[in-house]
Amino acid sequence: MSPGRFLRSTTARLALTYLALFGVSVMVLLGFLYWSTAGFMSRQTDATIDAEITGLAEQYGQFGTVGLVRAIKRRAADARASRGLYLVTGPAGLAPIAGNLSQWPEEAPDAEGRLTFTLEYASELGNAGGGEVNLGRARVFALAGGLRLLVGRDIRERLEIAARIRQSLAWGMAITVALAALGGIVISRSMLRRIEAINQTSRDIMAGSLSQRVPVGGSGDEFDRLAENLNRMLDRIEALLAGMKEISDNVAHDLRGPLARLRTRLESALMDDGDAATYRHAIKATITEADGLLTTFNALLGIAQAEAGTPRERFTDVDAATLLADIAELYGPVAEQRGLDFHVDASGNGMVRGDRDLLFQALANLTDNAIKFSPANGIVRLDLQRADDRIRFIVSDDGPGIPEQARADVRLRFVRLDQSRTTPGSGLGLSLVDAVAGLHDGRLVLDDNAPGLRAILELPC
Amino acid sequence: MRALIIEDDAEAAGYVAKGLGEAGFVVDVVTDGRDGLVRAMAEDYDVAVIDRMLPGLDGLSIVDALRRAGNQTPVLFLTAMGAVEDRVAGLRGGADDYLVKPFAFSELHARIEALLRRRTGGDATVTTLTVGDLEMDLLARAVTRAGRALDLQPREFKLLEVLMRNAGHVVTRTMLLEQVWDYNFDPQTNVIDVHISRLRRKIDHGFDVALLHTVRGAGYSLRVPR
Repeated sequence: MSPGRFLRSTTARLALTYLALFGVSVMVLLGFLYWSTAGFMSRQTDATIDAEITGLAEQYGQFGTVGLVRAIKRRAADARASRGLYLVTGPAGLAPIAGNLSQWPEEAPDAEGRLTFTLEYASELGNAGGGEVNLGRARVFALAGGLRLLVGRDIRERLEIAARIRQSLAWGMAITVALAALGGIVISRSMLRRIEAINQTSRDIMAGSLSQRVPVGGSGDEFDRLAENLNRMLDRIEALLAGMKEISDNVAHDLRGPLARLRTRLESALMDDGDAATYRHAIKATITEADGLLTTFNALLGIAQAEAGTPRERFTDVDAATLLADIAELYGPVAEQRGLDFHVDASGNGMVRGDRDLLFQALANLTDNAIKFSPANGIVRLDLQRADDRIRFIVSDDGPGIPEQARADVRLRFVRLDQSRTTPGSGLGLSLVDAVAGLHDGRLVLDDNAPGLRAILELPC
Repeated sequence: MRALIIEDDAEAAGYVAKGLGEAGFVVDVVTDGRDGLVRAMAEDYDVAVIDRMLPGLDGLSIVDALRRAGNQTPVLFLTAMGAVEDRVAGLRGGADDYLVKPFAFSELHARIEALLRRRTGGDATVTTLTVGDLEMDLLARAVTRAGRALDLQPREFKLLEVLMRNAGHVVTRTMLLEQVWDYNFDPQTNVIDVHISRLRRKIDHGFDVALLHTVRGAGYSLRVPR
């Protein structure tokens, strides 16, 4: 991948943002660390100096110049260990009276009397670092009587420690940033690689191999979930395409027959030198045949529509009991006319989220089948059951039923059992119910009613 | 009565034009959407039968343009697009009715007549319907024939009401399913026939004159025979 493309990628931008944020926080953290160590040492030096000045001023107040000089000499003697710097001079410009500094520093003190100065004079401390110029930190104090007192500390060592700390912190910062940058690159590279894998699969699929699937890493992370979802989507698309192909195959197969019959009928009517009545008869028969074809065609379209998934935004809350009552009301008289015992129990209740017309069509198909296949004086029952979050519409009859081994087949388009060849029907009724059930995340169960068929349309509610 | 047909399939247009001509309409046929809109705007038609997919300008846009211009000519969409969404889109777009191809001419005719009645009728305030000696009181929800009270189930009442409102005209089975049962579906068998024969038993049984007639290949008609 080219660097330009890498920088344009979302992951690289994320990595850089992360790096910047991380860098700033580490910098703040280290700055605080520096302030609290080096700053602490510096403040402590000043505090020690202040304490000593207070002590020496007391000596002077109590014992006068002699006491002060004595105290300074005593302290200067210990200076090698304490790194103390002392100097007492007379009124400005006069020679040193006591102390381990040979000369009053040239640097001017600040308002508080503090100053940092170069120790280029031979002090009794000698040069601790060897060769280099030492720095002193001191405070000057004017005593009553024109004497000037300077108390300080050789801070070379302290500065060296501070420098060491600064150096360590700088290294720490550099290493942190380097590691973060490296980590960012590694992470974004691996993310990009996985996205690239998805892109590659998409390109392959667009190029025509629909059976390709996005590789799944197996860790169950977001990328895996994305890949799984994409794969499921591809499965669905593939199934839909297969369904479309099946439909067109079936349409070709099952509409060709009736169309051929229709054509033959017209042709033979034309060949017979019949009278007007004969023609009329032939035309009527042809219209009936065409109507049958249309019914089949509409049923196929309905199934295709249900299988393609009507837009779910068209779904409304459908009252199950009302739906069943409407079916019962519509088909009751038909059952009665056929002399059937028609029982309806819509005592269960619940709302189904779905397409009202398609659900009605599905139940109508089941009821129509039950009425059609029941023997004279048979019993047809419509029941509504509610179990937890499922609603079951149960349509049962005591007709011939469907043999167990054929129950999967009858859902297929145009499948009609031999025993039903003589009954009118397109062989599409149960296919539609099956498709409608699928559309609503439900299922169609075909059970033995001993004797007869018990068809259950189970829907979530 | 003047009818405008906007349909690019010449054969289908000719078939509809011939049928409507025989039914007493003066028919104009236009094959292009844009020309159709101009015609519909310029002249005063009683009904327009418009295909949804047309060259020049599609049917939905024609209806939209007509309605925007304040033209209230009843429009019936004639289309091969039969999905429920298409139907809803068409009716929402301003069409008054929708018929999916292929169709029986009798169905188209019945629907056009119903559209015309809906426009000229304007009898939303009527409280009684009368056909011969059959009377329906819409407020009391009572039906009498020759003064004799008839006991009808709610659905039978609704069925009879639709037939009476369209008295003298053919009402197709699909129209009944839509208007009486309010479900848009395709019954495998003719369930409507059974309901009609029940209703017929109640309103015609025991009377000399039958009012409820089956029109072969089309539907039903409630009328006093001449």
